[in-house]
Amino acid sequence: MSAHIDSVKTYALVFAGLIFLTVATTYVATVDLGPFSVVVALGIAVCKMLLVALFFMHIRHSTKLTKLVVLGGLLWLGILLTLTMSDILTRGALGVPGR
Amino acid sequence: MITAAVQEREHYLNASYGIKSWLLTKDHKRIGLLYLATITLFFFLGGAFATLIRIELLTPQGGLVSSETYNKLFTMHGVAMVFFFLIPSIPASLGNFFLPMMIGARDLAFPRINLLSWYLLVIGGLFSLFAMLAGGVDTGWTFYTPYSTTYSNTWVIATALGIFVAGFSSILTGLNFIVTVHTMRAPGMTWFRLPLFVWANYATALIQVLGTPVLAVTIVLLFCERVFHIGIFDPVLGGDPVLFQHLFWFYSHPAVYIMVLPAMGVVSELISTFSRKPIFGYRIVACSSLAIAVLGFLVWGHHLFVSTQSVYAGMVFSFLSYFVAIPSAIKVFNWTATLYKGSISYATPMLYAFGFIGLFTIGGLTGLFVACLGIDVHVTDTYFVVAHFHYIMVGGTIMAYMGGLHYWWPKMTGRMYPEAWAKLSALVIFLGFNLTFFPQFILGYLGMPRRYHVYPEEFQILHVLSTAGASVLAVGYAIPMMYFIWSLRYGKLAPANPWGATGLEWQTASPPPAHNFEETPVVTHEAYDYSTVIGEVIEVG
Ligand code: HEM
Ligand SMILES: [Cu+2]
Repeated sequence: MSAHIDSVKTYALVFAGLIFLTVATTYVATVDLGPFSVVVALGIAVCKMLLVALFFMHIRHSTKLTKLVVLGGLLWLGILLTLTMSDILTRGALGVPGR
Repeated sequence: MITAAVQEREHYLNASYGIKSWLLTKDHKRIGLLYLATITLFFFLGGAFATLIRIELLTPQGGLVSSETYNKLFTMHGVAMVFFFLIPSIPASLGNFFLPMMIGARDLAFPRINLLSWYLLVIGGLFSLFAMLAGGVDTGWTFYTPYSTTYSNTWVIATALGIFVAGFSSILTGLNFIVTVHTMRAPGMTWFRLPLFVWANYATALIQVLGTPVLAVTIVLLFCERVFHIGIFDPVLGGDPVLFQHLFWFYSHPAVYIMVLPAMGVVSELISTFSRKPIFGYRIVACSSLAIAVLGFLVWGHHLFVSTQSVYAGMVFSFLSYFVAIPSAIKVFNWTATLYKGSISYATPMLYAFGFIGLFTIGGLTGLFVACLGIDVHVTDTYFVVAHFHYIMVGGTIMAYMGGLHYWWPKMTGRMYPEAWAKLSALVIFLGFNLTFFPQFILGYLGMPRRYHVYPEEFQILHVLSTAGASVLAVGYAIPMMYFIWSLRYGKLAPANPWGATGLEWQTASPPPAHNFEETPVVTHEAYDYSTVIGEVIEVG
């Protein structure tokens, strides 16, 4: 455990950043970007997640073990997405007999 | 008089009295017993549903209950047994009690959270039970969409909510175990000196923490779809029903390892103690638990072979499923190798361990049958699959659970159980189990589907055999229930180390003092070093 504490200014900046990104999400939702709507929305969400995790949850100053736990969680999310998409993206790859 | 002397000694059971001292306890040992009582109730409840199912299947006409009721019966059986008995079973009862003792700690890292997790299980259990009895749920324990959405009555969400709450109980137990193993080991207790039961529970805890949240998310998504009509699983709303199966099995395949890994840990302890040898290839066996925990997350698609999952994904998942059999096989081979030239004694716990090895092997090997794409198309959703997982969950996990219960009963209660009765019931359970479930392999292979109560007449003989076996099995479970209760009062007083075992839990009195050890143990030996207990063996009979 490190006793490092960020200054109030940092927290205020991160907070402002989060609010800005929320506004951005709301705005982007009204613009038609085609398939990129989802990409942009998820991209913004990832940025917000990183801000919260690194600053508010103090991962930036945490021990290696804590960082490992975070990475483990992300890796497992990756497993969930990758293997599920391995089905969803390849459903049409083989023709269905009789159709 | 010995009795008087022992009764005067202070231990965790007589350190304080009254219902409050139990319901507000932070002692991991008492919480372990609370769990034991709770899961025993659910076990007998699930058993009652199973009895009704088996009676119904005696005749091919399906005359006893209506189809709707039959659907509800197997759903309630599955929900009670999986979520409220098997998942908490070994970790929350035996693990809670012994994991801290085995690493030389006074308690778990978070005693209050431990108590909270018991309350969550009770609340979740009561909630699901109420929902199932009040309205009934007919989806099967798997809650597949669209049964659980478009075609269901409204009690699905309530039942699932109970499971959601119980899931947090499981997460908290896992979290507690992980932190405890990392931070509370006694001096000298290095990672590779941990008993294998601890390794197994540690690996299980990783699965609980990494997998259970996905179940929670899935239930929330189900909720969102039913209540807010957000399209997630329903094609009409733009969703994908197979996505539910992906999310559900991402948790539930690893969950089958939540059920069986702790059982493997128990068996490692039993095999070592009753052959008086360290487990052959200790490190490999320890690491195989971690390997199972990781690989277990990569195979869930083998439940989706006929669900319109793509052929490509099916091949990937089939291939990966064969991988997870490797660490399981390593364990079986290493236990067998441990027996070689061991000084084997056939005490009751060891009989259960033998039962586990044989039955788990059959369950595991038939797992490979159903992981094979071609064969699975034939046997999926038949009694073959039912037999497969009962061989693992009942023949494996419950065998080990019973073995562990007998093994540690003297430590938990300070009393011995009656050995002759125990041996008899172990035998009855083994025979009854095989008579119940072996015919189901044949039934399934011949084409008897699961979850139907009307069936062609030629299947009747096999169903009658199975029901007969279930009756024998029920007797086998009832006997221990009775003599365990009997032993609390009339059992012989147990010495500190009745089996001459090496674990730290045996180096303190039976029952243990409230703080487990009079002074913190210092570990100077590898696990299972029997040179440390020579001369300590006390005959029991
Ligand atoms: C040794 C590795 C294992 C393999 C390769 C394996 C493979 C499979 C496969 C392919 C199925 C799906 C069959 C079908 O629905 O057509 C299945 C079902 C099942 N297995 Fe296993 N299995 C293994 C171990 C286990 C273990 C250890 C457990 C429990 C502790 C277990 C419990 C289950 C359950 C509960 C089901 C059926 C679930 C349901 O549809 O209700 N399996 N297994
Ligand atoms: Cu599976």
